[in-house]
Amino acid sequence: MSAVMTATGLRRSYGERTVLDVGEIALHRGEILALMGPSGSGKTTLLRLLATLERPSAGEVRFGDATWAASPPAVGPSPGDLLSWRRGLAFVSQNPVLFTGSVRDNVVLGLELRGRGGPGAETAVTRVLDDLGLGTLALTSCRSLSAGEAQRVAVARAFVIRPEVLLLDEPTANLDPANVGIIERALVAAAGVSDWRPAILLVTHNLFQARRIAGRTGLLVAGRLVEAGPTRDVFGRPADPRTKAFVEGEMVF
Amino acid sequence: MTRKVGVVLACLAVLGLLGWGGFYVHSRWDDARTLTLATTTSTYDSGLLDVLLPPFEAANKCKVDVVAVGSGQALELGRNGDADVLLVHSPAAEQTFMAEGHGLSRTPLMYNDFIVIGPPNDPLAPRGKLDIQSVFVAIGAAGAEGKAVFLSRGDDSGTDKKEKGLWAKFSLVTEGAWYQEVGAGMGDTLRMTAEQGGYTLADRATYLARYGQGSEGQGKLAVVFEGGQDLYNPYAVIIVDPVSHPNVNGKLAEAFTAYLASEEARQIISTFGADRYGQPLFWLLP
Amino acid sequence: MFGVSSWSELGGIILLSLAVSGTAVLLAAAAAVPLGTALGLSRFRGRAVVLRVLYTLMGLPPTVAGLLVYIAVSKQGPLGSLNLLFTPAAMIIAQWVLVTPIITGLVAVAVEERDRRYRETAVVLGATPWQTRLLVVREARPAVFSAIVAGLGRATAEVGAVMLVGGNIRGETRVMTTAILLETRRGNFGDALVLGAVLLAIGFAINSYVHRLQVGKEGRR
Repeated sequence: MSAVMTATGLRRSYGERTVLDVGEIALHRGEILALMGPSGSGKTTLLRLLATLERPSAGEVRFGDATWAASPPAVGPSPGDLLSWRRGLAFVSQNPVLFTGSVRDNVVLGLELRGRGGPGAETAVTRVLDDLGLGTLALTSCRSLSAGEAQRVAVARAFVIRPEVLLLDEPTANLDPANVGIIERALVAAAGVSDWRPAILLVTHNLFQARRIAGRTGLLVAGRLVEAGPTRDVFGRPADPRTKAFVEGEMVF
Repeated sequence: MTRKVGVVLACLAVLGLLGWGGFYVHSRWDDARTLTLATTTSTYDSGLLDVLLPPFEAANKCKVDVVAVGSGQALELGRNGDADVLLVHSPAAEQTFMAEGHGLSRTPLMYNDFIVIGPPNDPLAPRGKLDIQSVFVAIGAAGAEGKAVFLSRGDDSGTDKKEKGLWAKFSLVTEGAWYQEVGAGMGDTLRMTAEQGGYTLADRATYLARYGQGSEGQGKLAVVFEGGQDLYNPYAVIIVDPVSHPNVNGKLAEAFTAYLASEEARQIISTFGADRYGQPLFWLLP
Repeated sequence: MFGVSSWSELGGIILLSLAVSGTAVLLAAAAAVPLGTALGLSRFRGRAVVLRVLYTLMGLPPTVAGLLVYIAVSKQGPLGSLNLLFTPAAMIIAQWVLVTPIITGLVAVAVEERDRRYRETAVVLGATPWQTRLLVVREARPAVFSAIVAGLGRATAEVGAVMLVGGNIRGETRVMTTAILLETRRGNFGDALVLGAVLLAIGFAINSYVHRLQVGKEGRR
């Protein structure tokens, strides 16, 4: 499995306060990496750094030929590189932000932005809508969707682009089991699509979800990566006592 | 749907702009056929101009745009050349205006009088009072004791200047809560006077129209004193000097002044209001 | 009746009110919407000061707006040679001065709000800076529309500006609000109230129509 995106020595500080300090993280094609941790442990910050929504205070992220690092020194990518970086990934946040329009309008948006909209996109959009169970809602205004439906639209919007990297921030946190199931199945299926095989980084506080669908799992505590490895091992034989405590629900901070 | 909205908006825009264009063009083209007359609100509200102007407009195929403001503002309009002719009643200010060289000519036209107005059951200055001075002295004294209020228009109008001039003439002090400067027109000042049971100086025309016989306010106010040279209220017509104010419509202004001296105009002025109020509102000056 | 001599005079007054305010608001929107959008999307040093000045101008009293335009278009003023004083054109200018900051401010606030809400999503979805701006502006469209309607409400309701620069000349520059003021000054409160009711009815009609347009634009629910 090849690493499609790697982060090394990544640190994010606000003045004196350091919220993230991780040694090495690698995302591999066709793999779901789950990142767990208590609230405030820096999970969202990590995702935002990988998505270039924030600049690291130290360390760097590599994605293809481009590097995203602290500035100064300005070793960051040029605007053109930044655009292709962002176009190579997709981000699904915990509370999806959809645009005014129908479900279909939102799902096809990513393609339109890349100039790949139009009649050629029809099949891709329809397939993705079906995969996420949104077929009947295609023409519905996003204003009248339930939370679960909206989140599925956000996932569909990310899927249809077929990005190399998929970053998800607690995508099923507020959803009912039915919606959780649809999204999880879609993620697993996506990872396996032969001509796509995205690297998926899934931030979740749902232990069961990690066990269900993640190949590898990591635990982030107070900004540090305490443990990372194959999911079975992390849950079965955790190396760090904090991992054990978290997994058993006894982690108190 | 968006297209329909766009069409509607476009239509509204076009309508609006056409309407404006029409009005604007109309005003500009007619500039030569328009006479801008600045006068006071009390003159305008008397209704005299509604009867006096149409014959002039018809005979000269023109339109008189009447702008009704306070005397002070009317003279200012004249100074700026924003009006062609003025019909005001503020002699001292008019003299200053002429002395400053803004006016081509000043023609006294007509007069009426001011009257002192007070509550119907006036306790202070019974009608037998001899002269205006004793009336003002009485009001001032009662005011100082907190027993009466006097309302001044306080807007630099002809009425206002006359009233302030009278207090000054009799060396009376107008400091105190009893002397209220309301900064309003004659009608509003009378209304506020009635509401407070106070005193004020008013022009007869406005008083008759609002509180005289057969009017809505009948009985709420009464004439406390009238007559005498001090309450004389003369009106004059001033043509704004076209030489120093090139935009002024000198031709029409002169035609207007000539009209005012005509038999027809004089007849209208001298009979105006007679049937409604039992007496004419204006008397002609020779 | 009602201080006007005939139905046609009343009709003329109503039409002039709509023409003056309508034109003023359309011209104001033409300037204010782009300006407000640019302001809402921008981040530059001194932006906070600019916004504060704008908010202050939003509260510009109509009489002050009228006075400023009066001084400009009076024969003594810089624009005196255009002969605009006491014409509907001057009234439109005065209302334009009054309404433009209002629409600009409302649009700037709306666009900035939408920018905060949607920009990151657009950016991470792969939008170029211009694509992002367009998406944000599109989200603000209903709010921009409301801002224009608010401007129209302000314009039709004000009297200070049109009184000063228009002169309330019968048949030329008399609009609903100045007609109401005249009747009030004359003591004809009843007539003034009737005219006021007519003005409110027209306002209600405009607002109802606009509301229907709004609901229609938002698509199926």
